[in-house]
Amino acid sequence: MEKLVARRYWWFLFSLVMILPGMYFMLLHPLVTTGKFAFGLRPSIDFSGGALWELRFADKAPGEISDEAVAAVFAAQGFDNAQVRMSQVELDGRQVADAIVRTRPLSETGLREETAAVEAALQAEFGAVTRERLESVGPTVSQESTRSAIFAVVVATLIILIYLTWAFRKAPHPVRYGICAILAMIHDVLIVLGIAAIFSTFNQRFEVDALFLTALLTILSFSVHDTIVVFDRIRENLINRHPAETFDAVVNHSIVQTLPRSINTQLTTFFTLTALLLFGGETIQNFVLIMLIGLVSGTYSSIFNAAQLLVVWEHREWRRWFGRGGSNADERSAAPAN
Amino acid sequence: MRNRELVSLILIAVVAALALWINLVPGQTFLGRDVSFRLGLDLQGGIQVLLRSTDPETTPDEMETARRVIERRINALGVGETVVQLAGNDRLIVELPGVENPEQAIDTLRGTGRLEFIDSQGQFLSPGTVVRTSNSPNPPQLSATEGVTETVDPATLGPIYQSITDGADLDTGSVQPTISQTGVASRPAVSFTFRGESATRLAQFTAGNIGQPMCIVLDNRIVSCPVVDAALTDGSGVITTNSVEDRDAILNQLKYGALPVPLVVETTRSITATLGQESVQASIVAGTVGLVVVALFMILFYRFPGVLATLALVIYTLISFAIYRFVPITLTLPGIAGFVLSIGLAVDANVLIFARLREEYRRGRDIRSALELGFEESWPAIRDSSVSTLITCAVLFVFGSNFGVSIIQGFALTLGLGVLISLFTAVVVTRTFLRLAAPLFRDDRAWLFGIDRREALATPPAGPRVV
Repeated sequence: MEKLVARRYWWFLFSLVMILPGMYFMLLHPLVTTGKFAFGLRPSIDFSGGALWELRFADKAPGEISDEAVAAVFAAQGFDNAQVRMSQVELDGRQVADAIVRTRPLSETGLREETAAVEAALQAEFGAVTRERLESVGPTVSQESTRSAIFAVVVATLIILIYLTWAFRKAPHPVRYGICAILAMIHDVLIVLGIAAIFSTFNQRFEVDALFLTALLTILSFSVHDTIVVFDRIRENLINRHPAETFDAVVNHSIVQTLPRSINTQLTTFFTLTALLLFGGETIQNFVLIMLIGLVSGTYSSIFNAAQLLVVWEHREWRRWFGRGGSNADERSAAPAN
Repeated sequence: MRNRELVSLILIAVVAALALWINLVPGQTFLGRDVSFRLGLDLQGGIQVLLRSTDPETTPDEMETARRVIERRINALGVGETVVQLAGNDRLIVELPGVENPEQAIDTLRGTGRLEFIDSQGQFLSPGTVVRTSNSPNPPQLSATEGVTETVDPATLGPIYQSITDGADLDTGSVQPTISQTGVASRPAVSFTFRGESATRLAQFTAGNIGQPMCIVLDNRIVSCPVVDAALTDGSGVITTNSVEDRDAILNQLKYGALPVPLVVETTRSITATLGQESVQASIVAGTVGLVVVALFMILFYRFPGVLATLALVIYTLISFAIYRFVPITLTLPGIAGFVLSIGLAVDANVLIFARLREEYRRGRDIRSALELGFEESWPAIRDSSVSTLITCAVLFVFGSNFGVSIIQGFALTLGLGVLISLFTAVVVTRTFLRLAAPLFRDDRAWLFGIDRREALATPPAGPRVV
């Protein structure tokens, strides 16, 4: 427990190890596999436009209908390249087939005709069918959503930075607290984006939608929330510190003091999120999963990144990073503290 | 001291009782307001559409008129709590809860209701044909088929027929259902009257073309092509239809005036009541399980203060629900997730306070001063973290005003509200309870408070044991 700060480069290394695979799938994997650069995230219709249908076939048991059969019916009605995912759902005590189909957006003027034609064709092929859900997002709307999503993340980050600088105005170097908190936040964004890229690559059901963005922004605020608690204790302990106590010791001491709280809060939120994950229904499952991962990352980054970065800054350690060519993280962590 | 706690306790009791009353009031009305839960479309089923004007020169006034026309048409449909609101310069959001066959309803609503007479050059055009008229040469039905925006060669679209009347001159007050008598057969019909220039032109045209056909066009679609029997000198006429349903659709579109701009469906989200109901049940289970697990954890870990925190959590839930019902706040699936998440946040402040209290007690302070210090010292952290969450909620809320991602507004609202309410419950409520309970505390009952001085001897003040 006394070496939390002394081992800071180990913590940074761990973060890096967690971030890099995600970044590979986010930035390089599409380039490696298809030869074309693309972001390794699968956008939902919220951000790329398109239509999403959820259909239930009351007369068919799960497995009786293949993805291709459904896609063929859609193609015959002018919806080429429909992506079909079959699953099952309980209806009146028995399992029936359920399909989620993603297609191009519906026509802007012939909405009724198009949906009626598809439903009639499905009915002719598979018997009774109910359309439980239909969402169609036009291309303009999805572009606007994407723009404002980026805008939202940037604005939230800036306002939090300003607030933190103001809240810590009485501590020495208030801007440092803000920037270190933001760096920890960026760590969490990278972790979550990386995980999302890995999911996008390996899980057909995963999509980056408006809810994902909500989860991301909430994670940011929780990450800052955790960081503030640690920083607040550092600020307090700095004011009351013994003359002999080093900055490193104060930070270490503050982290240890706030650990029970960090873990307990983590646990309570973890419980509520797990309850949502298990019982909250399929619609929000991805959202909750991303929140859970982000939450763990947020707690880690507040303790093992944000607070540690304050120490790095205090000693201006970056001046030594490049000076001793070939030095590795291990060596640096052993560097005497002030 | 005692007095202040008494006042707080009374305040808490009043607030809790009020919240309880709003939640359990028979008949679900409070102060004349309906306080039942409002469920969003994703939970009760229905359709939400974004309509966009295809006219690039749409003015705000035109959009406002369009909004009013659509609103009146919806009211005529007689569905429950509907929403018609402007979004940006050229868009309208329409929400219809619990409609059977929502696409059809939307189709009727967005019909422009532009009634025209055209000079068909002596031809009888068959009903249902889409035609170009001089007032509306580029109907959206022709330009945007199959959802692709390719430029269509104007020549392939067919001739432009001369409009005799302008839809804007229709006297909407004169639009009435009627019965058209042709020989022995009687068919449902709609009577109407044109005003101003259109009436004059109609009189001139009919006077000069007796015995010739003249076509009635609604939203660029031929309704019928009657033969002119006599000059229509007063600008009035009759549209004969084949069924009562057809007549009602035309009546609805004409009666509340024409839409000043043509509207297309840009985005639509519809969901059945069945799927919504499943989500509601899932949310109730998730919320209950979340609450119970958090309560158990708090009680097991913090013992007596944990019980008080759980009591505060119950009050928190009551207040939240009361506010959702009273304001009212429309609950959506992400909104409920926001609430469940805020349960975690609501106890966070208590965790901060209790952790601090333990720490101060181990340092050798007596329970009262440990208590006061616990509150005092943890306040800055509670305040700063609440503010940062509120900032995020505000940003999410503003971002959610963008139509395509409007579902996240519900989340931002319930989470933000949760932060504010939890400031009250976690700080005021728990503090009052703990202060009132402090006299119960004795050193030999320390386990009840989950604190133990012996640990303080084992570990230096710097490091409370991590669990």
